[in-house]
Amino acid sequence: MSVYYLDKLMYQLNRDPMVQARYKEDREALLEEYRLTDEERQAVLDEDIGKLYSLGNQPQLLMHFAALVGYAWMDYIEAMRVGAEKYGEPQYQR
Amino acid sequence: MTLVMAGAISHAPGITGREKMAPEDKKTRYYDACYRFRDHLWDQKPDALVLVSAEHFGNFFMDKMPTFCIGLADDYQGPIETEEFLNIPKTTIPGAPELARRIADVAMQEVDLGYSQEWSFDHGFMVPLAFLTPKWDLPIIPLNINCQVPPLAPLQRCHALGKALRKAIDAQPERIALIGCGGISHWPATPDSGKINEEWDRAFLEDFVANKTDRLLRYSNDEIYRDAGPGGQEVRTFITVAGAVEGHGGELWCYEAIPIFAVGCTVVNMDVAA
Repeated sequence: MSVYYLDKLMYQLNRDPMVQARYKEDREALLEEYRLTDEERQAVLDEDIGKLYSLGNQPQLLMHFAALVGYAWMDYIEAMRVGAEKYGEPQYQR
Repeated sequence: MTLVMAGAISHAPGITGREKMAPEDKKTRYYDACYRFRDHLWDQKPDALVLVSAEHFGNFFMDKMPTFCIGLADDYQGPIETEEFLNIPKTTIPGAPELARRIADVAMQEVDLGYSQEWSFDHGFMVPLAFLTPKWDLPIIPLNINCQVPPLAPLQRCHALGKALRKAIDAQPERIALIGCGGISHWPATPDSGKINEEWDRAFLEDFVANKTDRLLRYSNDEIYRDAGPGGQEVRTFITVAGAVEGHGGELWCYEAIPIFAVGCTVVNMDVAA
């Protein structure tokens, strides 16, 4: 279930300018407030869109994070495709 | 009867945000259908529009996720997304709190609704509204269906929601329109973005336009996910409208598969005769 907190981070980053400001100032401190696995935490720090996608981060949230950290639309699509190949297809709750 | 218009329209963000990247002929045919739908809506002299859509974690998140949620706010803000992403400027959209409350009171005799007093629209509501109410001057009653993360409302409950809304709308003196907006098959924001299962879409639309309840409700969630993608779960918005006009069909005004818009773009006008 821990992907929930990864989604929550992305949700709050997308919706709250204060969280965005904190992300830009001190990402490590911000991430302490979410129950992320080490793997999730590292993927956020690396801004590794492909890895985050593979970990099951909701794409409707991930696309806004990708835009926030500077990905153009087609680069975002390509990063997910590469990530799924490299790290595996995401497994969602059904 | 006070339901004066019903139908369905697409809401994908690319429709406005990636307008310039689409093939001109397909885009023009779709946009023209949207403008025709807008003119038809205004010709009915509506007092309010009930817009049934499926937002994408703009307001409703897995910490507290309502299955169905009706807006009771005085007004709404939107879009959440940047103007660069959606090509729609930030604005305020008027609500219809008193009418929404009367509709909720009747509808809740048959279905359970959550409600919201504070709501910022994402593209799920803003893209259709940008076409239908470009001056942002028609009071809107938003109704969200969770189509994102399971557990999702069973299709028959969305159909029941539509029937309950119809009863509630017809109990009001105002002239009210009801429009569902969502995708049919699509794989939004995934590596398969742009994939469209046109055969599935056309089969679904044929049943929707003929309003064949048994056919519309026959899909399992897994079948939808497999054949129509994660975005296909948004057929719940169409099925709600089908429930509201049960016994009556409609007319397909447009279907254009436009991969850069990431969805088969649709306008359907439904018959509201009582």
